[in-house]
Amino acid sequence: MNLDISHKGNVVVLSLSGEVDMQHAPSLRKQLLSALEERRDVLVDMGAVDYIDSSGIASLVEAYQAARRNGTRFALAAVSDASMRVLQLARLDKVFTIHPSVETGLQAGV
Amino acid sequence: MKSDGEASATRLLHLRFRALPEQLKPVRDAIGAALCGAGCDFAVVGDVKLAVCEACQNIIRHAYCGEEGDVVLEIAWEPPGAAAEKGRLVVMLTDFAPPVDTASICPRALEDLRPGGLGTHIIRAVMDEVAFLPPPEGAGNVLKMVKEVGTPS
Repeated sequence: MNLDISHKGNVVVLSLSGEVDMQHAPSLRKQLLSALEERRDVLVDMGAVDYIDSSGIASLVEAYQAARRNGTRFALAAVSDASMRVLQLARLDKVFTIHPSVETGLQAGV
Repeated sequence: MKSDGEASATRLLHLRFRALPEQLKPVRDAIGAALCGAGCDFAVVGDVKLAVCEACQNIIRHAYCGEEGDVVLEIAWEPPGAAAEKGRLVVMLTDFAPPVDTASICPRALEDLRPGGLGTHIIRAVMDEVAFLPPPEGAGNVLKMVKEVGTPS
């Protein structure tokens, strides 16, 4: 898994790529919660995620819940087919805000 | 990770590996090579990779509980000689941890939004049969998962 972080105004864009599994989920969780602790909105670009399992999904759920507690926004963008399959299996595709692209997410204010 | 090179008409993969998170990617790569080589389509390969790795996570977390140990993965066609057009992929995962209470392993309600606890649900969603078998002497737990291939799900 690779994770790149960029800032677009008050929005932190985390761009994930590769395979997000049990080995890498703790790092993802740490980065997501760190951004949310700074009271920033977070947009996760999942366009280059080849594989994600329940560990990675759990990190996203935890971030989603932290954002709700903080009153900040949390959304996913450009979700790859492989990631969408797992989100749908977990019935989280209707829970998360999902944008077609990072650009549309930023235009929508996350 | 050790790979068994025995030629077999039905066996597609036999691996023994340490129950560690960093072993999961090499395991997925081995599954991908074996099943793609056997003619399975991308969706089937993806589902088997996901189910095996979710099951391995459960072994690491709940069977070995942080202790070190091995896992044996076997994937074979059933019946012998079946092919990717129509057959059953039988996946066996064996660990050597103390036996777990299989009656306590069940998917949680998805309406209960919280991190974790999704692995068992995902396994049951992507595989057609999931069952714990009585372990042979010396083994701890045996999980059998079956993926129907080439038939409507």
